[in-house]
Amino acid sequence: MTDHTVKAFDDDINALRALIAEMGGLTEDAIDNAMKALTTRNLDLAKQVVAGDTRIDELDAHIERLVVQTIALRAPLADDLREIVAVLKISGIVERMADYAKNIAKRVETVTANSRMEPLSLLPSMAEIAREMVKSALDAFIARDAKLALQVIERDRAVDDFYNSIFRTMVTFMMENQKMISESAHVLFIAKNLERIGDHATNIAEMVHYVATGEKPPEREKSSMIDPMER
Amino acid sequence: MSSRAIPEVETVAPRVARTPTDWKGDAMRRRIAGRYGAERRFRLLGLAAVALSGGFLLFLLITMMANGLRGFTQTQIALPIDFPSSPLVIDPASLKTNPEQVLAGANLPQVIDHAAVAAFGKDGGRFMSAGAVTALRQAIIDDPDILTRKATITVPASEGVDLAAKSNGSPADEAAVARLKQAGALSTGANLSFLTLSDGTDPTVVGVWGALKGSLLTMGITLLLSFPIGVFSALYLEEYAPRNRWTDLIEVSINNLAAVPSIIFGLLGLAIFLNVAHLPRSAPLVGGMTLALMTMPVIVIAGRNAIKAVPPSIRDAARGIGASPVQVVFHHVLPLALPGILTGTIIGMARALGETAPLLMIGMRAFVASPPGGITDPATVLPVQIFLWSDEVGKGFIEKTSAAIIVLLIFLLTMNSIAIYLRNKFEKKW
Amino acid sequence: MAESDTIPKMSARGVNVFYGEKQAIQDVSIDVDLDNVTAFIGPSGCGKSTFLRTLNRMNDTVASARVEGKITLDGEDIYGANMDVVQLRARVGMVFQKPNPFPKTIYENVAYGPRIHGLASGKADLDQIVEKSLRRAGLWDEVKDRLNDSGTALSGGQQQRLCIARAIAVDPEVILMDEPCSALDPIATAKIEELILELRGNYAIVIVTHNMQQAARVSQRTAFFHLGRMVEQGPTTEIFTNPREERTKDYITGRYG
Repeated sequence: MTDHTVKAFDDDINALRALIAEMGGLTEDAIDNAMKALTTRNLDLAKQVVAGDTRIDELDAHIERLVVQTIALRAPLADDLREIVAVLKISGIVERMADYAKNIAKRVETVTANSRMEPLSLLPSMAEIAREMVKSALDAFIARDAKLALQVIERDRAVDDFYNSIFRTMVTFMMENQKMISESAHVLFIAKNLERIGDHATNIAEMVHYVATGEKPPEREKSSMIDPMER
Repeated sequence: MSSRAIPEVETVAPRVARTPTDWKGDAMRRRIAGRYGAERRFRLLGLAAVALSGGFLLFLLITMMANGLRGFTQTQIALPIDFPSSPLVIDPASLKTNPEQVLAGANLPQVIDHAAVAAFGKDGGRFMSAGAVTALRQAIIDDPDILTRKATITVPASEGVDLAAKSNGSPADEAAVARLKQAGALSTGANLSFLTLSDGTDPTVVGVWGALKGSLLTMGITLLLSFPIGVFSALYLEEYAPRNRWTDLIEVSINNLAAVPSIIFGLLGLAIFLNVAHLPRSAPLVGGMTLALMTMPVIVIAGRNAIKAVPPSIRDAARGIGASPVQVVFHHVLPLALPGILTGTIIGMARALGETAPLLMIGMRAFVASPPGGITDPATVLPVQIFLWSDEVGKGFIEKTSAAIIVLLIFLLTMNSIAIYLRNKFEKKW
Repeated sequence: MAESDTIPKMSARGVNVFYGEKQAIQDVSIDVDLDNVTAFIGPSGCGKSTFLRTLNRMNDTVASARVEGKITLDGEDIYGANMDVVQLRARVGMVFQKPNPFPKTIYENVAYGPRIHGLASGKADLDQIVEKSLRRAGLWDEVKDRLNDSGTALSGGQQQRLCIARAIAVDPEVILMDEPCSALDPIATAKIEELILELRGNYAIVIVTHNMQQAARVSQRTAFFHLGRMVEQGPTTEIFTNPREERTKDYITGRYG
């Protein structure tokens, strides 16, 4: 893409993209670390993740300020406008994903109190996919890569499938181990958080597709969902 | 995770290293001083030029006035006439019915001579100018009873006496003046007849009226021909004519025409208007036509410039609401260009008014003793009259020449004032 | 874009404009209708003003200009033999870049058009046309007490509105505006833009502008011109958020060059 005649405009946009990249990196780390804390029962790591969220919130606030300023000063149009609006929304979404990671980290203490939580084995794989999706979505944004974005959208189904499978497993588990319903519920929420992270990554990918091509990605069929509250 | 500061938006532009210019250095000071010096010198030079031209103008005006104003005065002699004893052959009865004719054969010059000899000695008749007869005639007509008694009438002095009284004449005239002064007969009166008389041989009884009227008629013809033709040519060339080789040729020709020496136009007038068209010689009609030829290019050029100076946006505006080309020209372009066109016309007319050479070629240098009755009568014009008088040997003509120049200048000034007034009026309205 | 069933107010098909040997406009086809303000945008020298001026034959005065293709007003060929150019310009009015009121009174400025076209039946009628036109141009309240002042004594923005009133006075069907605000300050510009939006629907309005924000604010349809060609046209919202052509995008996002 050619540069703007006014170089400062390019600087502004690049600064925004760098901020999104930084925020995305931090969020991926947060997801990673939250899951690591969960599997290794590392409460210190969990606390670090919770504390680290402040920084992500700051970045989000900063991005919002910079976006407003850029719109006011540069009056962006066409793909610039789409991109800057996308930056604003993506920043909000990434902040939300970081909140989910924080939420997971907060549950680590409760869930790990009992060592016999069996379904935990599925969660790391699910988290890995969700984290990959976040990374790919943000990479697609940085590279303005509509194809990569479409791949991210496709992978959302895998996360949903994981969630459905965990949901069924946990329901069975709770019926069998009624003493552990509280912990089980927490595990279920962690799974739900991961599923939401996947959804948000999909949203980002959709936005990236729109920014890059000016068109919404083709409508995809929803996986048969068992959670009527969410959809 | 370290919480490093979030970078704020940069507000300081990056600085490029540069060596500062030494604004206070010696070399720079000298440059500045030099610059101011050049400025001062240029201003002084301009002032000197203006002062010089102003000085020339002042010199011209003062000389003209000093010489010319005397042309408007007349030395007069109070001449006592004893009518009953004079050699007057006249029938007072017939005077009532037809005075002019009766007086024409009344031997008036001899009456003057007789009275002058009686009053001032044997060479007394020489003191009187030819105009004395006219004065006497007028006196008799005014009051026929004068013939029955002795009376003193004021008559113009002769050229010699007049000159001697005003400045210095021949010794004989000086002596005469001294004698007349002693007799208390000498006085100075306004000579308004200069404005009402025409050319003549005696400088005491010549006037510029004939030439002035000739000039007026000629200018009238010139204006009537050159203004419309010039303005329409300018309009056509600017607004309608296509830009091609022919219009370029016409433009160059017009520009050249404006620079052609005026005598050539005189020859042209002579060849075409007199030899081919057989129009009357020496007439204001032909003079006006010849001068119109000369004035037209000036008006066309000034007109085109004035029309060009009308902003295209005005034309666009008029066309944009559907004015036809003629409406654009007459409603908008011409009124806006008129002040400029008038300025050009003034310049052209002023040049024509002062022109002598082409008029000489078409015979307007003839001696014409009576003002022209119409545009086909023989006439002369002011500059030619001045030229003719300046050629005269009679000493009295010198001041008449200057006086005529004053009249010409006043005529010119009046014409320009009227044009400037008209221009300002149009400018204000638009 | 979808062609409407009704005949557009003005329609250009395959228009080429030449200045001597040089081709200034190449194969431009566009429709102008009553309901939309149409904006022409594009870099300097792209031909947008030239094309605008072919719409009321203002280029006729340029001897070397030659127009090919077909331009119709209500289905009637404006370069046809039956079209009187003077009448055409009354029907397709024009407002210029620099406010150019006649150096006459405000009243005379507005009354001039109706007078030369004989649109008023008397003094009272003419007065009414003047008042109506000035009201429509949003200038009446500012000048009603000084109709006999010179039009050139008004401020720039007022002068431009006077020019619009002058164009309206001959009751045109189309109003062409050639960068009408480029010489005005932002407040005066806003007033003109508001006026354009008010006039929309009664007149087909075409505006040429260098200011893309202005095109975005006042127009419903936008056409982008580049190097004598019309690169893209469409609904303004689309052109400014999601242009299809790379050149359009580069131009409106400030990457032109």
